[in-house]
Amino acid sequence: MFSEIIKGFVTTGKYAFEPRVTTQYPEARRPVAPRFKGRHELKRYDNGLEKCIGCALCAAACPADAIFVEASENTDEHRFSPGERYASTYEINLLRCIFCGFCEDACPTEAIVLESNYELAYYDRRSSIITKEQLLVAPPAGAASTPRAVEPGQFTRSVPEMKNPD
Amino acid sequence: MADLVTLTIDGVKVSVPKGTLIVDAAKRIDNDIPVFCYHPKLRPVGMCRMCLVEVGRVQRDRATGQIVVDEAGQPKIGYGPKLETACTTPVEDGMVVIGASAKVKDARDDVIEFILTSHPLDCPVCDKGGECPLQNLTLRHGPGTSRFLFGEKMRFEKHVPLGQPDEALIYLDRERCIQCARCTRFTTETVDDHVLGFYERGRRLEIVTFSEPGFDSKFSGNTTDICPVGALTTRDFRFGARPWELTPAASLCPHCPVGCNLTFSTRREAKAGGQPVIKRVLPRQNEAVNEIWLCDKGRFGYHFAESPARLTTPLVRQGDRLVESTWDEALALAAAKLKAAGAGLRVLAGGRLSNEDLFALKRVAEAQGGRAGLHSPMAGGEPVQRLGVGAGTNLGTLGKGAAILVVASDLEEEAPLWWLRVKQAAERGATLIVANLRPTKLDRYAKHKVRYQAGHEVAAVQGMLVAGSSDYAEAFAKATDAVIVFGREGLDFAGSAALAQACANLALATNHYGRPNNGLLAVWPHANDMGAWELGLPAQDPRQLLAGAAASWIAAADPVGDGRLSAADLRARGPVIVQELFLTETAQAADVVLPAAAWAERDGSYTSGERRVQRFYPAVPAHGRPDHQIAAELGARLGVALPKFASQVFLEIARSVPAFAGLDYAALAHVEPQFPDVGGRDLYYGGTSYANEQGLGLPLKSGAERGAAVTPHTVEVPHVAEGLRLVPVTVLYDRGTTFAASLLMQPRVTAAQARLNPADAARLGVRAGDEIELSGADWSVRVAAAVDEQTPAGVVLLPESAGVTVPPGPAPVAVNVPAAVR
Repeated sequence: MFSEIIKGFVTTGKYAFEPRVTTQYPEARRPVAPRFKGRHELKRYDNGLEKCIGCALCAAACPADAIFVEASENTDEHRFSPGERYASTYEINLLRCIFCGFCEDACPTEAIVLESNYELAYYDRRSSIITKEQLLVAPPAGAASTPRAVEPGQFTRSVPEMKNPD
Repeated sequence: MADLVTLTIDGVKVSVPKGTLIVDAAKRIDNDIPVFCYHPKLRPVGMCRMCLVEVGRVQRDRATGQIVVDEAGQPKIGYGPKLETACTTPVEDGMVVIGASAKVKDARDDVIEFILTSHPLDCPVCDKGGECPLQNLTLRHGPGTSRFLFGEKMRFEKHVPLGQPDEALIYLDRERCIQCARCTRFTTETVDDHVLGFYERGRRLEIVTFSEPGFDSKFSGNTTDICPVGALTTRDFRFGARPWELTPAASLCPHCPVGCNLTFSTRREAKAGGQPVIKRVLPRQNEAVNEIWLCDKGRFGYHFAESPARLTTPLVRQGDRLVESTWDEALALAAAKLKAAGAGLRVLAGGRLSNEDLFALKRVAEAQGGRAGLHSPMAGGEPVQRLGVGAGTNLGTLGKGAAILVVASDLEEEAPLWWLRVKQAAERGATLIVANLRPTKLDRYAKHKVRYQAGHEVAAVQGMLVAGSSDYAEAFAKATDAVIVFGREGLDFAGSAALAQACANLALATNHYGRPNNGLLAVWPHANDMGAWELGLPAQDPRQLLAGAAASWIAAADPVGDGRLSAADLRARGPVIVQELFLTETAQAADVVLPAAAWAERDGSYTSGERRVQRFYPAVPAHGRPDHQIAAELGARLGVALPKFASQVFLEIARSVPAFAGLDYAALAHVEPQFPDVGGRDLYYGGTSYANEQGLGLPLKSGAERGAAVTPHTVEVPHVAEGLRLVPVTVLYDRGTTFAASLLMQPRVTAAQARLNPADAARLGVRAGDEIELSGADWSVRVAAAVDEQTPAGVVLLPESAGVTVPPGPAPVAVNVPAAVR
């Protein structure tokens, strides 16, 4: 009987001097995997314009019908994104979302990305619907936000010319 | 049929009428030959080369003309060295068509690759994306990759409003155009508006409009349906939704008596609180009514239903104000007032009410001993009930041997789809006789143009009764089938009744009645005026109907706003109950205002001018209550039992109105296959019009077909006073209650402009652009003047319902040029 007790103390004693594996969440956080699928973000170009063009292909690809998009027309005085069209309403219902990432795959401008945020608790069901303001990232340092006035004829293409992945 | 031709397409034998094109023959056996430029309603051009197929013909010996046979005794088939276009090649007996070979596949791959060399591939932001023939055919036939460089694509303007930027109804994206010419061919050939054309050549080719205002056609929206790419899109639906998100809801157009079938595309929207909203209107195929077309009024004029000015809560009068109330309170008050009126109850109903509404209103009024009438400036319903076009009439089948007489109507402005179908009948060989006091666009296709002086409409028709009086009278009498289309241009209420009877006499004298494609067709001012006549609510002058009224119950009519009755006059005849969509001038004079549901918010049925009863269905949530339900609620308080649901009311109608006997909602909802088939996977063939799955409707039999006595009645030829006459003319884009609230169309609304003949203008000292004063016995208005040669001498033409109130019919007029102007 004593041998078992001693064996237990030895194990405990051994781990007392090993490096710690637990983290003091929320004070300390572990980095997530590069391909982690957390809460969505709507990205911007380096010039601060929104990548999202309101095409609703994400909503079409969504197997859980969690995304709702309404599009409107850009003008050069009031420009959100390159080209003619931008998303005037963009909502994701996180209670429906299954974080499959199909929306990322469907996006023709790489605007929607499942990022690393996994802290998705809320107090009521209404707050599970996150709006465009919550999804859209801040413009990069030095770039103006949207909507903004731009030179006419500068941003005429909705979909950027992208290279095929090698 | 004797002239059937049998051919083999991809191993399947099919027999089609002689002259059929290979692509149509293939369609009949569900063999899809891809096309871009070909459209079954347009003449073939063979521009896109997408329909290339291998065609083998029976070989004949050159010397003897004998069919060459092979060892097995079968005719030898000879194939040409090249592929042929299936859309321009008519079928031949024994022809063998191969569409499923490697050679054909290669050709289609190449055509797709070639068409895409200049296409921007911006499907994510394109309104057509998801219902795009180019997208679909690229997925089915394209090579998948391109040998052309993306950077060498042509760059054009992507956002070209066809017209003034804030007025254009159609947007053009020049890059997306694949030069199929469907739009230019539709505008020039089909609707004869030469407003679109090609500019430049080769890859630089662009669509341009050169009319003022841009794309000035009443049918412009149809080009967006048949455009096989997203080059032409509507302002209305621009970025409105993606096609796959839309839920269709079948309906009818409420604007004119044609009764075009249409489909609302609805979607739940965040800005509507999660409720469905109408995103666009597309035609719904009905080959007997509107084929696959819609005019722009029907397509873009639906926005009144979602106007913020709509009434939503009942209003009751307190002193000189109308205050909001509850339904129970307002209904109880209204019922008490109606009950107190007893037999003095008068119902004035508008022609945009459904059959069910009209019937319910009449039932309640008559239970009390009161009377109900239709608010319409056009009389003459009885002759049309007896001698109207026979059940089964289809203007699309009129052609050689038939005759169409159009009297006192500018069809393009009053009923655009009838204009189109009459025009096409004339092009197929029907004898078109157009009689009017002024030139109209229909004159271009008329074999006989009859011009009479204002006030001589009836005499012009009476004249045709005299045998041998004119070549057109003879042509009309001899025609195998004949339709008389009559309107009310230049006629007052009594005059329109006289003209209807004169037309009836002509139909009787020439034996053109009581069978399909024969009889009268009245161009009523509203969608369901015909239904009102059939249900026993004859059109009446409101002054006459309301004379001796103890209470007026007015539904969907605005006699005060129309200038037929002053508010004081109306209120002097006892309490006024109004059911309306908007707070019209009549509603402002009411004691109780009950908000009605618009047609898009409820179900019901209309009777078209051709007396085809058709159903419409609810698409969006209601702002008020359906008129027949309001009538039923009031009826219940007055001791008249009426069913709650439209389908039950319709059964009541079928039981008590002989013309509707045997009909029910299920029968109206029947469908049958139509050619060309549109919708579904045939997107690239017929355009984006919806297939009809919700009902083609059923025609009512005319009185003559049901065995009613038909005898001619003598018509008094009205006396025409000397002097200048004001003639109100109907315009499509007017300021009617249901159109004024459709803001999209406001820039196109016709201005209140009086048109004078140059001689009259010179005599009166009026120059074009002057502001002139028109005055009559008890009215006077100030309008701008225009001088044009098209206006006949002795009349002043003024658009109806254009913002100024003038008498409903022709009236003697004095023209003054106010001194201040000079």
